[in-house]
Amino acid sequence: MSESKSILTNRAALRAYAMIGVLAAIWILFHAITPGHTFLTPRNLSNLMTQTAVTGVIAVGMLMVIVSGQIDLSVGSIIGFAGGISAYVMTEMGYPMTAAIIAAVVMSTAIGLFQGALAAYANIPSFIVTLGGLLAWRGAAKWLLGGNTIPVSDEIFKGIGNANLPALYGWIVAALAVAVVFFAAFRRARMAEDEGTSGLSRELAKAAFPAAAIVGFIAIMNAWQGVPVPVVIFLCVAFIGAFITNSTVFGRYLYAIGGNADAARLSGINNRWNVLKVFGVLGALTGVAALIFTARVGSALPDAGTLKELDAIAACVIGGASLVGGRGTVFGACLGALIMASLDNGMSLVGVRDFMQDIIKGSILVIAVGLDMAGRKQS
Amino acid sequence: MPLLEMYDIQKDFPGVRALDGVTFTLDAGEFHALVGENGAGKSTLMKVLSGVYPAGEFAGKIVIEGREVSFSGIRDSENAGIAIIFQELSLVKELSVGENIFLGRAPSRFGVIDWTELYRRAAELLRGLGLSIDPRAKAGSLGIGQQQLVEIAKALSRDARILVLDEPTAALTDAEVETLFHILDGLKARGVGMIYISHRLDEVFRMSDRITVLRDGRTVATHAAADTNKDAIIAEMVGREVTDIFPEPKHSLGDVVLRAESVTVFSEDEPDKRIVDDVSFDVRAGEVLGIAGLMGAGRSELLTAIFGAWQGRYTVTLELAGRPIAIKDPRDAIRAGIGFVTEDRKRYGLILDQTILDNMTLAALKRVSGRIFTSRSDERRAASMPMRSLRIKAPSVETVAGTLSGGNQQKVVLGKWLLTEPRVLFLDEPTRGIDVGAKQEIYAEINKLAETGLAIVLVSSELPEVLGLSDRIVVLHEGRKTGEFTRAEATAELVMAAATGHYPNANF
Repeated sequence: MSESKSILTNRAALRAYAMIGVLAAIWILFHAITPGHTFLTPRNLSNLMTQTAVTGVIAVGMLMVIVSGQIDLSVGSIIGFAGGISAYVMTEMGYPMTAAIIAAVVMSTAIGLFQGALAAYANIPSFIVTLGGLLAWRGAAKWLLGGNTIPVSDEIFKGIGNANLPALYGWIVAALAVAVVFFAAFRRARMAEDEGTSGLSRELAKAAFPAAAIVGFIAIMNAWQGVPVPVVIFLCVAFIGAFITNSTVFGRYLYAIGGNADAARLSGINNRWNVLKVFGVLGALTGVAALIFTARVGSALPDAGTLKELDAIAACVIGGASLVGGRGTVFGACLGALIMASLDNGMSLVGVRDFMQDIIKGSILVIAVGLDMAGRKQS
Repeated sequence: MPLLEMYDIQKDFPGVRALDGVTFTLDAGEFHALVGENGAGKSTLMKVLSGVYPAGEFAGKIVIEGREVSFSGIRDSENAGIAIIFQELSLVKELSVGENIFLGRAPSRFGVIDWTELYRRAAELLRGLGLSIDPRAKAGSLGIGQQQLVEIAKALSRDARILVLDEPTAALTDAEVETLFHILDGLKARGVGMIYISHRLDEVFRMSDRITVLRDGRTVATHAAADTNKDAIIAEMVGREVTDIFPEPKHSLGDVVLRAESVTVFSEDEPDKRIVDDVSFDVRAGEVLGIAGLMGAGRSELLTAIFGAWQGRYTVTLELAGRPIAIKDPRDAIRAGIGFVTEDRKRYGLILDQTILDNMTLAALKRVSGRIFTSRSDERRAASMPMRSLRIKAPSVETVAGTLSGGNQQKVVLGKWLLTEPRVLFLDEPTRGIDVGAKQEIYAEINKLAETGLAIVLVSSELPEVLGLSDRIVVLHEGRKTGEFTRAEATAELVMAAATGHYPNANF
């Protein structure tokens, strides 16, 4: 997530730092007011990261959809349906775990492509297509599960949601990640030298922060039970998502289509085809989220994933994405997901009543975007 | 006493004086035509009159029936009896004719609209104009001509005494034009003063009592229509020297690169209306082909269709370097080596939120970078060439495009298309809204590109620009080709005559 020059321009970088500051403030506040000061403990942070994973995985896909100027309201319901399929394939049909995983991801990808095709080629606004999907796929989930929950017994499958990476593997991952960060810093420094603005020391200084964050993160996770598998999946998805949006032709086209669809079309971009693809990507990631969710709960529920679409959209928007399209980063969306999860987690620890949590979360979302708009107008 | 007097009107835009001491008068029951080239200041003058530019934003005096007025908005001018019918219709298509006529002033009791009364009055008004239009019909279901007439009914319902018509006949059929003129004659008899803006000199001479010519924001002359003729008016509209900002081009022409045969483009809104009607042209390597014409002549639509970007119906036969070729979307066009610097760079050319670099490499991304992965360093390397040669003034390639001046934005768009390494480059109004310095740089760039063998098709509303840059000029008038001149033949008068449909031996 460090090689983000084009989209993460200076203003956006400043924004990212501001968000990290807000997150830190939220954490410190919760730590101070939680009875027994349990918020900033390895155990709770591990729990928090796991809670972030499901929303985070969807938020990465949602971010790409939003950047292209579209929206998807159906992902919560698809989680219910795809999760139901995975449990149904294992428990009712008796197929192995692999088949269940493939079935769930293929189905949710197909749904994403189908809805994307309706939005892109049948000219039905994606808001409407996926609003229909929100109802229809929830209905499909209830129909498939017959209104009941289907338990999953496969322990390896449950591990997708509950297992942890052994400490040693965690450190290996950390070492690799730090190496990648510094490698990228060296490359940037060399590029800067080509342009005559030498800056090896500056690039290394800039790389020190993410490197320290990675090491600190693994250390904290290992201090409890190791990095949770859902978190590993989420971080992989986030990394790939950041790479796609920053460093692929497809990613650049998404920003162009969302930024100015006419200009994109006249520049020879096939807007429809790219919109179709981005819905497919979100569909696939929704399938992944459904597997994590089902594995974590240990069974498929007819109402699994309810309101997850709104969490994901909120995460993107808090992370600086514009619903008009053309603006937003994967990094921002991930931070947004973490902020949302921190609010959930912290307020539960403090003992804020359920209804009050919703009111506070809703208010914070609106205030955050309001402040962001005010800041944008000034600059 | 004149109905309306405008004295010494002066209006500045940043860097441009749009109106420079214009004086204009209108008598009751008079039909007064206002003519001039695109950009002469006609529309600006009417915006001053209608309060679009409120008092204080311009200098000068407006007097209605002997009393000086100052409008702080459109509502004030409407109350003073001024109604403007713009080129683009302003009816709400989803509402009925009656609702449109009384929009914002519907007869009501206790805040509830009195529909019976509304439709009764609307029907009365339409009948009074001799129109058989159902006041309950949706405005959008009417043809453009009938919508125009509804606009007039709407203006009259406000007891307008000064009626401004901005190119009212541009979209009308001959029969509709006759109906319109019949109605206007009636209004004249009722003492309504009319200001008529039109490029169609035939109509201007048929209807007008007086004609005022504007040029470069100044009043050139006001004539009684009976005392003048078309040629004199055209000479006054054009009447300026082509200055030496255009160096004599040293293009050496090669083979024909692009040949477009019988291009016909139909309107998106009205599928049977031809915006471009059977136009053919070709352009050679190293040649600048100018396409001249007035607003609405179909120039942009012609290029858009060839580029595969027209969203309505069109037919076209293309040959590229002697071989037939089919272009069904902009991707095909780019692959074939056509670049298109579109009109309205903010809407069609740039992604304003993104950096210069992002914008510049967009159309050639797979060429300068990779098919799947982008490479920032490759992109920078590719963009550095146009960045330098076009002398784009910006702190770096990471500067956001929306923060640049108009001239630099236009250069970014030009750079974007140069990176696609085109063989043919379409330039649609490449210098609109940019300052003189940047204009000259773009002129020099156009000549330089032609010298390297690029075929250039240049659309411009500025006659001196077309005359100064082109090796050959094709003139369009209302979708038809009405003239083709070589550089040696072309004069401002000939081109303007063809562009206004006033060309004695038009047989192209």
